[in-house]
Amino acid sequence: MKQEFTISLFSENHIGILSRITLILTRRQINIESITASESAVPGVQMLTMVVRTTPEMIEKVARQIEKVVDVLKVFVHTSSEIICQEMALYKVTTRGLMSGSMIGDIVRKHHATILEVTPEYMVVEKSGTRAEIKELLALLEPCGVLQFVSSGRVAVTRQVKELNAYLREMDEARGTHQEALEFYN
Amino acid sequence: MKKNNTPGVPGKTESEVLPSSPAEVTGAEALLKSLVEEGVDTIFGYPGGAIMPVYDKLLDYTGSLRHILTRHEQGAAHSAQAYAMVTGKPGVCFATSGPGATNLVTGIANAYLDSVPVVFITAQVTSALIGTDAFQETDILGISMPVTKWNAQVKRAAEIPDTIARAFYIARTGRPGPVLVDISKDAQVETMTFRYSKCTYIRSYNPVNPLISRDIESAAVMINHAERPLILAGHGVIISDAVKELKMLAEKGGIPVAVTLLGIPAFSHEHRLFAGMLGMHGNYAPNVLTNRADLIIAAGMRFDDRVTGNLKKYAPQARVIHIEIDRAEIDKNVRADLGINGDVREVLTAILPNIRERKREEWIREFRILDRTEHEKVIKPETDPGRGELNMGEVVRVISELAGNDAVVVTDVGQHQMAVARYYRFTDSNTLITSGGMGTMGFGLPASLGAATGTASRKVIAFIGDGGFQMTVQELGTIMQYRIPVKIVLLNNSFLGMVRQWQEMFFNSRYASTEMVNPDFTALASAYGIPARKICERAELKEAAAEMLGSEGPFILVAEVSRTANILPMVEPGASVSEVTLTYNSKP
Repeated sequence: MKQEFTISLFSENHIGILSRITLILTRRQINIESITASESAVPGVQMLTMVVRTTPEMIEKVARQIEKVVDVLKVFVHTSSEIICQEMALYKVTTRGLMSGSMIGDIVRKHHATILEVTPEYMVVEKSGTRAEIKELLALLEPCGVLQFVSSGRVAVTRQVKELNAYLREMDEARGTHQEALEFYN
Repeated sequence: MKKNNTPGVPGKTESEVLPSSPAEVTGAEALLKSLVEEGVDTIFGYPGGAIMPVYDKLLDYTGSLRHILTRHEQGAAHSAQAYAMVTGKPGVCFATSGPGATNLVTGIANAYLDSVPVVFITAQVTSALIGTDAFQETDILGISMPVTKWNAQVKRAAEIPDTIARAFYIARTGRPGPVLVDISKDAQVETMTFRYSKCTYIRSYNPVNPLISRDIESAAVMINHAERPLILAGHGVIISDAVKELKMLAEKGGIPVAVTLLGIPAFSHEHRLFAGMLGMHGNYAPNVLTNRADLIIAAGMRFDDRVTGNLKKYAPQARVIHIEIDRAEIDKNVRADLGINGDVREVLTAILPNIRERKREEWIREFRILDRTEHEKVIKPETDPGRGELNMGEVVRVISELAGNDAVVVTDVGQHQMAVARYYRFTDSNTLITSGGMGTMGFGLPASLGAATGTASRKVIAFIGDGGFQMTVQELGTIMQYRIPVKIVLLNNSFLGMVRQWQEMFFNSRYASTEMVNPDFTALASAYGIPARKICERAELKEAAAEMLGSEGPFILVAEVSRTANILPMVEPGASVSEVTLTYNSKP
């Protein structure tokens, strides 16, 4: 059964790395629902978050293929319950539509949205939340005349406590352990 | 990978030839110096506009770097791969930008699927022109991405040594594979101060994982308790140099060893525990008994679909131990009860002391019974028919008996390849160079010259079909120019035999575009000044084979074989390995 997974991965910031990763997905006909790239907490290390829909068996294989890419440091796959995630959306709405009735108050109070810009023609509303919350607000604004709507890809943090630095340290240590093990068995 | 002495470059010593190191060198020279630092002595390639600064500098390095000019970049790529497989060192291949680079792609993909380390160096147009659709510009980085282990573009001379060091480190470590470095023309002429340090560590890249003692112990327990264990040995056994350890494990535990196509020389075919080749055209016993085994020990192999047949009906009684250096291969096609992510030799060495000595005579007898059936129904009629047309199998068998134990055997792709895999009697001192994963027709001829360039002391015998031969036939020019002493056995059935076989078996004998009208191959050989002989009769076979093997330089033996013979046994597409067909009644 297909379900939603969030792939978060850390990589070196090299040209072409994004192509190498998306190739692994497109080759298997897995569509990327959303994608976000940014610098991680560790300088020089890039973080990529992708949302895909596929089967648990396939996501396991795909994650290993991604981790195999030389410049990829670490890959995590999470189901929706294992992460805290948000998306951000901007809505450009006609001022006339928005000013009629008590819409503005509702938006700011009930939906925790902010108003970024006001002109005589349009207003820009910003909202962070889950995909569902963002869609809900969009439906609400629709009658007021939405001129433009854009939403970001998912950004996510895991519920686990271990940080990237710990993994980097472990990878360094594994090299040492390997040498010791070799000596032991020979 | 087999270690072998490569012939030294004739003539001068390095110090006589290398220009005294000036502080400043061009990027082109930095590239060549870097290759020398990595122990490279042979390069296969083809020049062109963008790579001219490198070729110009190459003239100053003829004492330490031998360049083999092939007749097509694809040939250079296959040659470099074969060179790597014979020497155990990464192969090196040069090509220019644009068409030079794209012509490499088949060769790169071939090396990728068969895990062979080759460092491809392509030239790129001047960096200011990149992205403008300049003359002979192509995005080789993008094109080669899905078929390289790693690739990179260099636009500054100063980055060349580190990038080359990284390329070699990545190509030869972990699961080996091809890498590509694309160097812009201006980086080749820019000057820099040359300093070289080998790459030994990349933070994001863990080529070998530590052994986990719990896994080693579990593996030994599983092996000791199994009644019907079967070892499946793949290319990884040869790459990790674990041939000796494999033999020790098999002998100590009394465990039969089956091999994949690329794992063929991992275990001597003369050994009493040799079970045969697996898969579609493999031997009868290992295919049938895969589904009887209670334990599969897969070492350095990846359960390719040609090996497993129908996965749903594969090895239903067996637990699976999968020893594999590439983590992504474990659980990819066959679920492992115990996956050991590590180097085959290290893992086998660790397991060995915990293995109980056992004979398992009953189990081994099951193989011998099935072997007899296969011998009567398939092997004897193929290798010793006595009368009728000449068979591929008997040609292969005769040459195998005359060639000696350490020959390097090269094949192309198709029926003749399976005939070699089945009927050549390999020992673990042989090397087999064949295109496995990709099944690249046209691989054989350039691979044979690459292999022969990598070894002076061993005979190189290439079996090639008439179809594949003509895909890269221009490499006869390379063989002529460098007097490369390859022995080429051209098994000519005037058909694309394997496709013809499928048409007969699965497409109602509708022979669409598989019959070939061929040239006079001996006349073609003579145009290249290569001695050749054609045989049609069984009576001539032994004597002609001896003449070929005894000849000094290159030789082409054209054997006119049965036009319509089929390769059997066969695990038909969609069938389980235990449903292997031994006989097939040819339709007229």
